[in-house]
Amino acid sequence: MIEVSHLTRQFGSLRAVEDLSLKLEPGEILGFLGPNGAGKSTTMKMLTGFLVPTSGRISVFGHDVGDNPISAQEMIGYLPEGAPCYEDMTPETFLNFIAEIRGFRDDEKRRRVDDVVKKMSLQQVLHQKIETLSKGFKRRVGLAQAIIHDPKVLILDEPTDGLDPNQKKQVRDLILGLSKDKIVIISTHILEEVAAVCSRVVIVSEGKLVVDCSAEELEKQSRFHGAVTLILPEDVDADLLRSQIEPLSSVDSLEVSGTSITVFPKDNRQIFSVLSGLLTQQGIAPESMFQEKGRLEDVFRQITTGESA
Amino acid sequence: MSHLVAIVKRELNSYFVTHLAYVFILIFLILSGVFTFYLGNFFERGQADLAPFFTFHPWLYLFLVPAISMRLWSEERKSGSIELLLTLPIRKFDAVAGKFLAAWIFTGIALLLTFPLWLTVNYLGEPDNGAILAGYLGSWLMAGGFLAIGSCMSALSRSQVIAFIVTGLVCLLFVLAGFPMVLNLFEDWVPMIVLDALASLSFLAHFSSISKGVLSLQDVFYFVSVIVAWLAATMIVLEIKRAS
Repeated sequence: MIEVSHLTRQFGSLRAVEDLSLKLEPGEILGFLGPNGAGKSTTMKMLTGFLVPTSGRISVFGHDVGDNPISAQEMIGYLPEGAPCYEDMTPETFLNFIAEIRGFRDDEKRRRVDDVVKKMSLQQVLHQKIETLSKGFKRRVGLAQAIIHDPKVLILDEPTDGLDPNQKKQVRDLILGLSKDKIVIISTHILEEVAAVCSRVVIVSEGKLVVDCSAEELEKQSRFHGAVTLILPEDVDADLLRSQIEPLSSVDSLEVSGTSITVFPKDNRQIFSVLSGLLTQQGIAPESMFQEKGRLEDVFRQITTGESA
Repeated sequence: MSHLVAIVKRELNSYFVTHLAYVFILIFLILSGVFTFYLGNFFERGQADLAPFFTFHPWLYLFLVPAISMRLWSEERKSGSIELLLTLPIRKFDAVAGKFLAAWIFTGIALLLTFPLWLTVNYLGEPDNGAILAGYLGSWLMAGGFLAIGSCMSALSRSQVIAFIVTGLVCLLFVLAGFPMVLNLFEDWVPMIVLDALASLSFLAHFSSISKGVLSLQDVFYFVSVIVAWLAATMIVLEIKRAS
C-alpha cells in the first residue's frame, strides 16, 4: 500500500505540489494526469526518494520514504521522465549493473536479465551502445531496468511518450500483463491510454489534486456522456432533420458539424432508441450512429482550465 | 559493499569504452615526459632519482584531474541518469565513494604506466627505490585530493565546463596556499597562527617532502583528510540539491 499524506513541494516561490494526499492499494493502476508543469513528475520524484518533500509524508508498504528511503526504493521500479540511461553502456552491461545493484548474483542475475530482455524484446540490440538505439528501444531498456526485480510498486513517468503506436501498445500490454498484486502509477498526456489501462485516475492541476475517481466515472463527467452522434449521408438535409430532433422531449440540445450531428440528452435520458426510431420513420439510413461514452479530452480540459470543448 | 563494487566497476568501465581513458593516459604520459626531461633536467642533474618527475605533478594534476572529475556528477545531472542512480536502493555514500574510487583507480593506472621512467633510472644508476615508491604513493594520494575537490564541484553544476574551471581554481588555491608569493601577501597583517594554518593546507607543502621520497604519516593523514572532507562535502551538496 502507498500512503501519501499532505505532500507539498516548494521550488523557491513556486509551489509545485500542494497538500496532495492519496492512498493506493495493490492491484490498482493509477493514471496520473495533468497539464505540463502541474506537478506530476515532481510528485513521482518524491515518491521515489529523488526529491525531498517540503512537507508531508510518503509511505510505501509501511516504509517511510523520508526516514528509510532504501527499504522503500527496494520495492519500487522507476522509469524517470525521458528514460535516462547510461548511454555509453550496452543494454546487456546496463541491465547487469542494475541487477547487481538490486542484489542478484550469478544464475539468478542471468535469469533476471534474460527474462526482461525477452519481455522487452531487446535481443537484437543487446550488444549495441544505448546511445545508438532508437527512442523506442531506449524506452524499453528503461522499462526493463524498472521491472528487473519484479517490484511491488512500478512508477512510470510518461512511459509511452515518443513511441510509435505499435510500441505504445506493447507497453500497455506489458502493464496490463503485470501480476495483479502490484501498484502501478503512470503519468501521461495520452488520455486514451488512461481508458485502456488505468483502473483509477487522478488529475492534478497547479500542484493540487482536483479529481480522484475511476476512468468510467471520469467519462461520465463529460458532457458527451450519453450523447448520440449520427453521421449522415451527404444527400440528407441536416437542417431539416435538426428541426425534427430538437422538439423531442428527451433531447436537450444538438450540435451540427458538416454531416455529423451530436445530440445531447436531457437529464441523462436514453435517446438512442428514440433517435433510431425517428430516423427509420424518416427513411434515413445514417452512415453510422453511436452512443458516446464520454470524451476524456473534454473532461480533462474542463477540469484543468475550467472551459469545455 | 557490493553496491560500491558494482558502481566502481561500472564507472571504471565507462572510462575505457568512451576512449576518454586512452586520450587522458596518452596526454598524461607525454606531459609527464616533457616535464621530467625538459623542465626537470632529468639527465643534466646526473642523479638517479625521480624527483624531477614528481615535482611537477601538482601542476600536471591542476588541469588533468579536473578533466576527469568534471564528468563525475555533471554528466549524470545533464543526461538525467542521476535520477536513476539516486533512486536505486543504495546509500549516497556508495554512489559518491564509488564514483570517486573509480576515478582514483583510473589515475592510479595512468600513474603506473609511467613505469618506463622507473626502469630508466634503474638502468642508469642505483636509485633509492623505496623513495620512488613513496613518491608514487604520495602522488596518487595528492591526485585523490584533487579528485575529491573535483567531485564536489561537479556535483554543484550540471555544466562540465563550469565544473572543470571551478575545480581548477579551487585546486590552484590549495596548491598555492603554501607558496611564498601567497604567504607574503598575508604576512604583515595576519597572525602567525593563521599563516601557519594556511600554509599547512597547501598541497605543495605536503607534497614537496613526498616528492623527495619522504612519505611521513602526517602528509598521508593530510591528503586522506582532504579526500574525506571533500567527499563529505559532495554528499552534502547532493543532499542540498535534493531538498532545494
